[in-house]
Amino acid sequence: MTNTKGAVTGVNGNMVSVRVDGTVSMNEVAYIVVGGKRLKSEIIRVQGDIVQTQVFEMTKGIKVGDPVEFTGEMLAVELGPGLLGKIYDGLQNPLPEVAAQTGYFLEPGVYLEALPRNVKWSWTPVAKAGDRVERADLLGTVPEGAFTHRVMVPFTMYGSYTVKSIKPAGEYAVTDEVAVLEDESGASTRVTMMFQWPVKRAIDCYAERLKPVEPMVTKTRIIDTFFPVAKGGTYCIPGPFGAGKTVLQQVTSRNADVDIVIIAACGERAGEVVETLKEFPELLDPRTGKSLMERTIIVCNTSSMPVAAREASVYTAVTMAEYYRQMGLNVLLLADSTSRWAQAMREMSGRLEEIPGEEAFPAYLESVIASFYERAGIVRLKDGSKGSVTIGGTVSPAGGNFEEPVTQATLKVVGAFHGLSRERSDARKYPAIHPLDSWSKYGGLLDASSVAWAHSFLKRGTEVGQMMKVVGEEGTSLDDFLVYLKGEFLDDVYLQQNSFDAVDASVSPERQKASFRSCVRILGSSFDFKDKDAARAWFNQLRQRFLDGNGIEWGTDAYVSAEAELKAFIDERVSGLDKKAARIIESLE
Amino acid sequence: MKKVYSHIESIKGSVITVRATGVTYGELAEVKTRFGVSLAEVNRLDEDMVSLQVFAGGRGISTGDEVRFLGNPMRVSFGDSLKGRIFTGSGEPRDNGPTLSENLIPIGGPSVNPTKRIIPREMVRTGIPMIDLFNTLVKSQKLPIFSISGEPYNQLLARIAMQAEVDLIILGGMGLKYDDYLFFKDTLEEGGSLQKTIMFVHTAADPVVECLMVPDISLAVAERFALKGLNVLVLLTDMTNFADAMKEIAITQEQVPSNRGYPGDLYSQLASRYEKAVDFADSGSITILAVTTMPGDDVTHPVPDNTGYITEGQFYLKGGRIEPFGSLSRLKQQVNGRTRADHRAIMDGMIKLFSAYRDTLEKKSMGFQMSAWDQKLLKYGELFESEMMDLSVNIPLEGALDKGWEILAACFEPQETGLQSKLIDQFWPKKA
Ligand SMILES: Nc1ncnc2c1ncn2[C@@H]1O[C@H](COP(=O)(O)OP(=O)(O)OP(=O)(O)O)[C@@H](O)[C@H]1O
Ligand SMILES: [Mg+2]
Repeated sequence: MTNTKGAVTGVNGNMVSVRVDGTVSMNEVAYIVVGGKRLKSEIIRVQGDIVQTQVFEMTKGIKVGDPVEFTGEMLAVELGPGLLGKIYDGLQNPLPEVAAQTGYFLEPGVYLEALPRNVKWSWTPVAKAGDRVERADLLGTVPEGAFTHRVMVPFTMYGSYTVKSIKPAGEYAVTDEVAVLEDESGASTRVTMMFQWPVKRAIDCYAERLKPVEPMVTKTRIIDTFFPVAKGGTYCIPGPFGAGKTVLQQVTSRNADVDIVIIAACGERAGEVVETLKEFPELLDPRTGKSLMERTIIVCNTSSMPVAAREASVYTAVTMAEYYRQMGLNVLLLADSTSRWAQAMREMSGRLEEIPGEEAFPAYLESVIASFYERAGIVRLKDGSKGSVTIGGTVSPAGGNFEEPVTQATLKVVGAFHGLSRERSDARKYPAIHPLDSWSKYGGLLDASSVAWAHSFLKRGTEVGQMMKVVGEEGTSLDDFLVYLKGEFLDDVYLQQNSFDAVDASVSPERQKASFRSCVRILGSSFDFKDKDAARAWFNQLRQRFLDGNGIEWGTDAYVSAEAELKAFIDERVSGLDKKAARIIESLE
Repeated sequence: MKKVYSHIESIKGSVITVRATGVTYGELAEVKTRFGVSLAEVNRLDEDMVSLQVFAGGRGISTGDEVRFLGNPMRVSFGDSLKGRIFTGSGEPRDNGPTLSENLIPIGGPSVNPTKRIIPREMVRTGIPMIDLFNTLVKSQKLPIFSISGEPYNQLLARIAMQAEVDLIILGGMGLKYDDYLFFKDTLEEGGSLQKTIMFVHTAADPVVECLMVPDISLAVAERFALKGLNVLVLLTDMTNFADAMKEIAITQEQVPSNRGYPGDLYSQLASRYEKAVDFADSGSITILAVTTMPGDDVTHPVPDNTGYITEGQFYLKGGRIEPFGSLSRLKQQVNGRTRADHRAIMDGMIKLFSAYRDTLEKKSMGFQMSAWDQKLLKYGELFESEMMDLSVNIPLEGALDKGWEILAACFEPQETGLQSKLIDQFWPKKA
């Protein structure tokens, strides 16, 4: 605590005004002392000797004159071994530990340590006495689950240091000294395995930022093939309520080909987090053979939890993501929903009586969204290794209309757009990513021209479908009708994917390629049908066989024989093959 | 004894300000006017200026009226003596029973720690096939009925309340028409459920501020009973009136509106109520069934829109029936795998065919030719509408499943239904 003293002068919702008699800084954490409880808050405006704070708790019971203490520190999180597998609220309070203390309800004013202090980590020193080090340089390592956790010079220690002493290999807790560093003036600092970092500052201890090029496989076909995401890239999933944003993120959080997943449940339903909480410990991560929970961190500030902490929660999450990136790991941050975060900003902006922008969002909405997504990125670290933070955020646009400030501001800065449509979710076409509206600037599993060629059938098929609604099937030519059937076929068997089927829910890149190849064969073939009914009947059968195949485990005998049967079924019917299709098939052999 | 203040500085809508010290945020006060005494709640502190929201509204308040602070926030009495009783939005008796003042509990308390929640696991039976069979209601679910005004949503609500096997029903009425209030009272009385019902009713004629208290007061009481092991069903009708009351007060307080006049925190305000739905692992539960009327039948209107983003699905009531499309229980898959072997298949299969029927209807209306298959679908659709969708149908889930097979058998050959042969062998009605 600093020497600055303060007293409450006003309360308006979760904004509390305080008169201060000393120095304070912007975004500093202050505690309002109310009947023995200390309520955490953050300074968000300074005006003469009056400061406004946003309180991370309910403000009922505060009165004018209540004392306020100042910490001198910005809102920060603890970084160190032990974050993986944890469930935190937006301020990095460990929720299971809170529950052990307060039971069913979240009582205000309870703040517990984020990193367990009683766990001993087996430390292997790397730096030696006499070494010259800077912030983020490696001091030693400890194993954390399946990973080698790098213990680094705290990122807050600017300047250069000499290692004065370093602890030998052994078992240490996060608060034990592991090294002593001496700065140029000869002052020495004890360093432990943990330190604090202010959440609203990006961690920038890397050599350079690289261009995101390597695909981040999600095992969802429509994403990996048509609208891919790159490691270190950004993407957004806007969609009306019930269109499948959360389910899509849940599936991605399980299957994504990354080292660590951080889930920020930001202002959404508590029940949805519970599903993840209960299921992840039971599921295996195929990459490490350990439980999925061991590669996951959940930051959970659901809709009925205090709004200011919701605003903080996305920063808490991204800071932990950046921390693990410094270890050369690939981290995926999934935020559901960024609209709730934006709304938290709007609520506070209203209380500050700032001049409102569109739909009452603050004028700085765009720049804040942009700088949040800018914290993603693939970087080269000083030791040459690479790490990445990929950010995927859902957006919940008012009325499902994408022409609203949050969606628009997000679309300006992300690298891929997975727009969910009500029309597709109503028709139970999941994932309801709209194949004509969505886009990605990243390269994916397959080369862009093959994908564009296949995609053209979706476009033309839709056009024919629309025309048919007006002129009826009678008024449509058999050729056009075939284009329509091909487009529908690609949609049904490739774009759509059953998230609740054990096999179909996650499709490996190899299988995607094989499946894409089979689809290309159909799209590029000529057919000789007697009439539309015959064409439809055949395509219906084809679709059924394909879908059955999608549910059979890859590489098994059953799969091989189903493949062979499918091939025979197709061989029997198709004639000529389009040149472009032939080239694509060849490239995929 | 708390100090009495006898000078009101300003009166704006239902909000008054007085100069006072030592007042806490959220505290209650009594305002004595020539029409009687009204409660008021502190909703802003600025140095010694205290703003209060007067429950009875600002009309007729004089600058010389007395304000007395009570030193506590809004509370409600809790206990078995509440059962069978009817109160106003501020907890005053609306029946002729006594005022309750023992065992007071605060309202609008903190939320449940997410890690203490469990995955919902139990079906709530309603006897309505469109719910039980197609969009199963689950214990601890929060689900609104979306409907335009004029639809029989209160009838539907009352019927579910009567048939659901719950220990306690709490009705929170907001802006209820007096007739509707009497309807609920009579229906529950006739059905013999009044003794397991508590009502907090704000009618259209009551002061708007009292409307705001109804969800919190209802849910605070529900929460206590749930913690005592009771399964509580909370009915909230109509949440659009609640949102409109918030809008009215936000505007008189000159808050910047975000969307069609509604305050920017509409989502958080609605969510903090709906999220009270819960299943306590070793105790009772709260299930919330609400009504959200959609002005202009527009689901993108801010109230239904924000609600849809919060709740676990919705029932669309249209033309006196629950629409199969657009209606969704997001929790149904938690329970419908454990009811009867044919439940999921019948649910999906019948809806697919019904969707094909709707397409056929469209084709028919455009004058396209009807094939033999179209004729079958037309027959099917009519049967489905009269024997499944009609709200007068009242059968348990198993009966509804049997009925489903009968309808299918009356219209189609088994292989035309797209159902698995295994199920067909087991359930297809044998010709007599
Ligand atoms: N891939 C899918 N496969 C099958 N069903 C799905 C899929 N995605 C969504 N659904 C269905 O849609 C429902 C709603 O999905 P979800 O909760 O993901 O919507 P949402 O877009 O996150 O909505 P909200 O904005 O209200 O949070 C699910 O409960 C499920 O019934
Ligand atoms: Mg969601």
